[in-house]
Amino acid sequence: MTHPAPDQVPVLALEGVSKSFGAVRALRGVSLQLFAGEAHALAGENGAGKSTLIKALAGVHRPDEGTVLLDGEPVVFHGPADARDAGVAVIYQEPTLFPDLSVAENIFMGRQPRRSLGRVDHRSVRAAAAELFRRLGVDLDPDQPARGLSIADQQLVEIAKALSFDARVLIMDEPTAALTGSEVARLFGVVRSLREEGAAVLFISHRLEEVFALCQRVTTLRDGAWIASEPVEGLGEDDLIRRMVGRDLDELYPKLPAEVGAVALSVRRLTREGVFTDVSFEVRSGEIVGLAGLVGAGRSEVARAVFGVDRWDGGEVQVGGKPLKPGAPSLAMAAGLALVPEDRRAQGLVMGMSIERNINLTGLRATSRAGVMNRGGERSRAVDWAVRLQVKYARLADLVGTLSGGNQQKVVLAKWLATSPSVLIVDEPTRGIDVGTKAEVHRLLSQLAGEGVAVLMISSDLPEILGMADRVLVMHEGRIAAEIPRAEATEQSVMAAATGVTGRAA
Amino acid sequence: MTTTAEPVRVAVPPSGGLLDRVLKMRELAILAVLVLMLAATQIDNSAFLSQQGIKDLLLNATILVLVAVGEAMVVITRNVDLSVGSVLGITAFAAGDFLQGGGNPLLAVVLAVALGAAFGALNGLLVSIGQVPALVVTLGTLYIIRGVDSIWVGSREITASVLPSGFVDFGHNGLSALPYLAVLAAVVLVAVAYFLRNYRSGREFYALGSSPEAAGLAGVPVRKRILAAYIACGALAGLAGALYLARFGNVDSGTGSGYELTVVSAVVVGGVAFTGGSGSVYGVALGALLLTSINSVLPSIGVSSVWVQAIDGILLLLAIAVDRVLALRVTGVLRKRAAETRSARHG
Repeated sequence: MTHPAPDQVPVLALEGVSKSFGAVRALRGVSLQLFAGEAHALAGENGAGKSTLIKALAGVHRPDEGTVLLDGEPVVFHGPADARDAGVAVIYQEPTLFPDLSVAENIFMGRQPRRSLGRVDHRSVRAAAAELFRRLGVDLDPDQPARGLSIADQQLVEIAKALSFDARVLIMDEPTAALTGSEVARLFGVVRSLREEGAAVLFISHRLEEVFALCQRVTTLRDGAWIASEPVEGLGEDDLIRRMVGRDLDELYPKLPAEVGAVALSVRRLTREGVFTDVSFEVRSGEIVGLAGLVGAGRSEVARAVFGVDRWDGGEVQVGGKPLKPGAPSLAMAAGLALVPEDRRAQGLVMGMSIERNINLTGLRATSRAGVMNRGGERSRAVDWAVRLQVKYARLADLVGTLSGGNQQKVVLAKWLATSPSVLIVDEPTRGIDVGTKAEVHRLLSQLAGEGVAVLMISSDLPEILGMADRVLVMHEGRIAAEIPRAEATEQSVMAAATGVTGRAA
Repeated sequence: MTTTAEPVRVAVPPSGGLLDRVLKMRELAILAVLVLMLAATQIDNSAFLSQQGIKDLLLNATILVLVAVGEAMVVITRNVDLSVGSVLGITAFAAGDFLQGGGNPLLAVVLAVALGAAFGALNGLLVSIGQVPALVVTLGTLYIIRGVDSIWVGSREITASVLPSGFVDFGHNGLSALPYLAVLAAVVLVAVAYFLRNYRSGREFYALGSSPEAAGLAGVPVRKRILAAYIACGALAGLAGALYLARFGNVDSGTGSGYELTVVSAVVVGGVAFTGGSGSVYGVALGALLLTSINSVLPSIGVSSVWVQAIDGILLLLAIAVDRVLALRVTGVLRKRAAETRSARHG
């Protein structure tokens, strides 16, 4: 293990940094030291201040108090460009690309190689991008527009961007949230080699096993305050969770056995050309069915088609024995279907609207009479569900965007649970959510199944699938590759089916 | 996300990729419509494309091309400038007033450009620093500038008779069928296109229109670029004002009123997405040429010019419909291709 010598100067450090947004104190006197050749994990629940800390390092936020130190010297980053010029590369949770521009331009925007008269040298831009992709071992076309890239590929473009200016500090905010097995392995390979070349890495992930696999040291934040900085070696997952939540956590996968009833959702030979083919499965009431597979295997697309967001080319969907009209989400809702989408910011919530309004978007009819909204009814509906799901908020009238990720996800769940669905489809229900909230969401899903709701859970988090599902469906390249009962589902069996190593097992 | 079929016109440097072909198709489509229309008119009326006829077509398009090219720069950054008509009017009168007092024609043009740029800077500052939606800000400045123009001009009027004859000649003459004004517009067009494609700041226009948030994080000086786009747009509207004076020799307080709608139509028909980040000024120039040509075509095939506006509107809707269909098809193709690469990778 590489432990920095005590006299080594950190490449980038924060000293006693505080930052407030209005009345919210996001960071309180936090210190952090990043050393060359070391991967440093930043742990903490959502809302602990991790994102604010990153933005302070990236020059997006200027600290109210305290200093940023570069090679031991105090610096002030006036903007992201300053931080970048100092060699700090940040890969944000949500990839920040220009959808209309080519991948190559995305990487070099503002830093394009130039030829005479300051003109951009398009050929060099393209060649340099191709060279970066070669180094990363991925086959992306530099001329391809960023629009339409998978999240995994977008992530790789961001990494290529960091590589392109030989970043001395690489900050990654949940880079693996949307990646699966092989992609994570590839990413870690790249990060390790960068670290060995002397880069300092700051890594954030809610998957603790990744922290242990990749990092040498870990700093924990709780409620904006610094809790501990320590070597990862000798630390257990339980220790880390205790530091993050300040208490011992109940079971992470509180799956209760539920009574399995009649078929609630039946999907037969569903096909959408070029996306998924011949998908058939059933979900019974009281059952949690896990839908596993690599990103891009077509899982979310199946969910979207079932719910009627996308049309399908062939096949049939039945809810409670009645066929569903294709391409009609409102009819799907009326039939008792609910879909909690994978991207809560873009698909699950209207970020510029209040918590109350968001929850009530699914109940406009229920809370109105002759088309006129009943404000009191709306409020009580929202309060009811916000309290039941223990959403942490100041006022229901606050913008949903001001909540932490975990609480936003609870609002999405509240919005859909308020429709009393008989079939609940959840797509990546705990992506980017802290451990504490994650356990709460799992307990809720288990409880819903106990009440007779049929749950279809799409997840890239294998332990989650294994811990929560009664039955695991595995998709591979747009087809259901395997159906594995809970007793036989293991990491090996699911991954084998997801990567197409085994044939149709069921 | 397979249903979000946003316009997929992409601002990529040439490469021969799928989306690039679509982009080129877009410009070719306008060109085809234009050529077809002119050819049909020519068959119907053989005097239409005489030397004078071609010259008139180009002259009519010149002013719209200039303003639309400026507008395109602003729209590419996901903003809009509705004040261009007012700016054109006030700069045209300013130049005329200056010439009426015996001023140098070249200085008059510089004055109009500078005045336009100043109004552009005002818009740009309000939009970039005030963080107010461009639509509202420039709607406000549209009225303010028009109001100032009305107070200043009153019932006065500039006519060709008070202008230096050289200036008026410049507005009418040319190298055979090629008017000087059109040459000037073409030079501006090529320069702007070259800038947008080959300079970092030009590429940043596209970047910040494509995703303002990502642009900020990538260190693009967002406010500076937006300000620059507005200044350029204002300056071109000012130049267009001076040329309007040279071409028509007649300016009053109503000059350029309502022009912004024609300009925005030309931009959209020319393939610059209103959501920013895509399109090219060449397309916009073709769009402007198409719109102004309709004005000449209809009378010469005997259709009443009252139809002009309706046809402009239909063209606009058609352009948007074509975009939509193309977007859906491209999404479909990308989808299939992704599926193919996927099976190629794992298969």
